[in-house]
Amino acid sequence: MKKYSMETIVGIFVFIGLLCVGYLTVKLGKVELIGGNNYILSARFNSVSGLKTDSSVEMAGVEIGRVSKIGLDLEREMALVTLKIRKDVQITDDAIASIKTSGMIGDKFVKITPGGSDIMLQPGETITETESAIDLEELISEYVFGSV
Amino acid sequence: MDQTTNSVFAPFNWLGRFSIAFIGELGAIGIFFIHAFCLIFSLPLQVNKTIQQVFFIGAKSILIILLVGIFTGMVLGLQGYYTLVKFGSEGVLGAAVALSLIRELGPVMTAIMIIARAGSSMAAEIGIMRISEQIDALDTMDINPIRFLVSPRIVASLISFPLLTAIFDVIGIIGGYLSGVVLLGINSGIYFYRIESSVVMQDVSGGFIKSLVFGIIVSTICCYQGYFTHMRPGGFGARGVSLATTSAVVLSCVLVLIVDYVLTSFLL
Repeated sequence: MKKYSMETIVGIFVFIGLLCVGYLTVKLGKVELIGGNNYILSARFNSVSGLKTDSSVEMAGVEIGRVSKIGLDLEREMALVTLKIRKDVQITDDAIASIKTSGMIGDKFVKITPGGSDIMLQPGETITETESAIDLEELISEYVFGSV
Repeated sequence: MDQTTNSVFAPFNWLGRFSIAFIGELGAIGIFFIHAFCLIFSLPLQVNKTIQQVFFIGAKSILIILLVGIFTGMVLGLQGYYTLVKFGSEGVLGAAVALSLIRELGPVMTAIMIIARAGSSMAAEIGIMRISEQIDALDTMDINPIRFLVSPRIVASLISFPLLTAIFDVIGIIGGYLSGVVLLGINSGIYFYRIESSVVMQDVSGGFIKSLVFGIIVSTICCYQGYFTHMRPGGFGARGVSLATTSAVVLSCVLVLIVDYVLTSFLL
């Protein structure tokens, strides 16, 4: 009994430590142990200013995925955003992807507005209808100089 | 003539002696670490001794880490709340607490607590073994004293530091929850949502890299100071051990903070 007690305590210590490591990496660090829970869609925007990798993708205010990559489509000179969407959420091919801000100065996120089509987008396909980020400064200046 | 030359060159003399001694010391610590690190892999592996050291460095430190962690988290929650509420954005308290814990406070506070608890005793234990000639006895029995005394402590530190840091981070987040949500009434869903949305893997892995480096620094410095107690210029015997323990603690604390700055500038 006495001989095992030290080893048991070490075992408990390592176990608790690993639990905490697991919480930090999997829950907070979002390391995917089983990577099969998402599918990939892409979308092209005129401007994604303010959007970051790992920003959320929402439909009707519910988070359905995250932005996995933001790149530049050099041919069309547009921003190419790769979205990671939950498997159980289907998106129609006429859905609109728009970049919104939560609150006045909050984080940017991608909002998906569903369309009425019967055809669903397959993994790897592109959302064609997009709406770029609203540039608040530009909007204010337009208002001030009277073009709105 | 000779007198004046001497007095002109005296400061340079002193500076040169100091620099040579300092760099020599660094080199000695480096060689000591490489020696001990290579001996980790020499067969047969010292599993039992390592488990004993994990018990001493890691398992016995859990209570102090829990205590320090929960109060650090609580005070972060309190301070953060009163700062953030001025801007009406107390909702990001979770992110502020979690990020400062995971990036900075977790690794550093854990390292300093373990220096105080285990590092000092490492230096004192090995120092007393040195002055009572037990290390020479090990040598006589053809047991490599560095392999026997230092290598298990380095392995145990490498295991214990990241685990204790993880415990510190998690308990600190719970501490922030206690003061922020339970006492001051922030929405608890928002608290955890903000934590999950702001912490990325880079923060977590950066914290663990820091704690691994701190583990190496602390165990090496403390063992080195104890191991070479008899070579200290300041004093012999019991006085030497006390000096070795003091400088082990002071040197490791200072180095941990300096290396923390350097690592942060590399990781960011």
